[in-house]
Amino acid sequence: MVKKLIKNSTLRIVMALAVVGVLSGALLVFVYEYSTPKIRINVENETERAIKNIFPQAEKIQKTKDDFFMVTGAENKIGGYAFISEGNGYQGIIKLIIGVDPKFTKIVGMEVLESQETPGLGAEIAGSKFRKQFENLPITQKIEYVKNQKPTKLNQIEAVTGATISSRAVVNIINSGIMEVRKNVKTGGV
Amino acid sequence: MIKDFLKGLWKENPIFVQVLGMCPTLAVTTKALFGLSMGLATTFVVVSSSVVISVVRNFVPRQVRIPIFTVIIATFVTAADYFLKANFFQISKALGPYIPLIVVNCVILGRAEAFASKNKVGRSFLDALGMGVGFTAALIVLGAIREILGAGTVFGIHIMWKGFTNWIVMVLPAGAFITLGLLVGVFNVVDQKMKTGRKIAKG
Repeated sequence: MVKKLIKNSTLRIVMALAVVGVLSGALLVFVYEYSTPKIRINVENETERAIKNIFPQAEKIQKTKDDFFMVTGAENKIGGYAFISEGNGYQGIIKLIIGVDPKFTKIVGMEVLESQETPGLGAEIAGSKFRKQFENLPITQKIEYVKNQKPTKLNQIEAVTGATISSRAVVNIINSGIMEVRKNVKTGGV
Repeated sequence: MIKDFLKGLWKENPIFVQVLGMCPTLAVTTKALFGLSMGLATTFVVVSSSVVISVVRNFVPRQVRIPIFTVIIATFVTAADYFLKANFFQISKALGPYIPLIVVNCVILGRAEAFASKNKVGRSFLDALGMGVGFTAALIVLGAIREILGAGTVFGIHIMWKGFTNWIVMVLPAGAFITLGLLVGVFNVVDQKMKTGRKIAKG
């Protein structure tokens, strides 16, 4: 009687679904436990490598706040600051890390942490030719971009040919990132 | 038994004959390496889920087989996604959302429904492995062609002559459609030739 009930009723369906769900959940707990620490280390290493690319003389990188890092060189001299800023690109989110000098007057360098821009076009924002333009760029004014010509002003960079949207996204992300950081510095948030 | 494995490579190749799993096929094959990684991840999922589904096939009530197969597939996809993130961070970043999207790759549910739910474990394993290898091979070919013409490299190694102008269109979505269309055409021509050849040989 009981056997028949289990065989034919909805109970069997419920049981089958429950067993599969529980087993799958249990397996995923192990996968999650195994991989989460490794993933965190991967993300941290990536950020650290990017900061070291921007500040080759860096000896100590200190995270003072979420997405904000203080970089110190030899003899504990402050070499500058690095912060993460993100925004919309042509496809998906672009995540940048930007290094600035201790006085917040110019950019030291910029690296792309994440982007899904078009390979061969927008993806060139991560190429050294485009990134080099940001080195020593003054940030006392907003950064601007120009198309298909050499920059004429100090605060200008040349957009990647055929990828104006991606280039503009980078400029906007940097500008808003700098503004955000300035606001935090003023209110003593850093 | 060996036929179960071999049919995925040519006669029932998931991409060139069944034309299944087009989303990853078109989206991630900008480079040969991405095609290989996506192919291996998909192979892992299709093999493990086919084996498990084959094992449990007699316990699963018919009315709810699709949700149960989906849960099993999703479990392996999530495992593959976390494994890649933990050990192959750069590849995982490059493939982005397309690894989690293996869940909805119809090659996998197709094998579960059409083969693993009706056959013994050994045969299901070989069937899934064949499909996985066939899928991977097709993705590598597609990725290599697009990478060579679009970037002048294959697996990151420069092979085109100096001064070669990259055909940017090949790494854009349009290049995926063009390459896939031509490959399916070539595949069919070769397949037809082989079939008529066999008929003549038989007399």
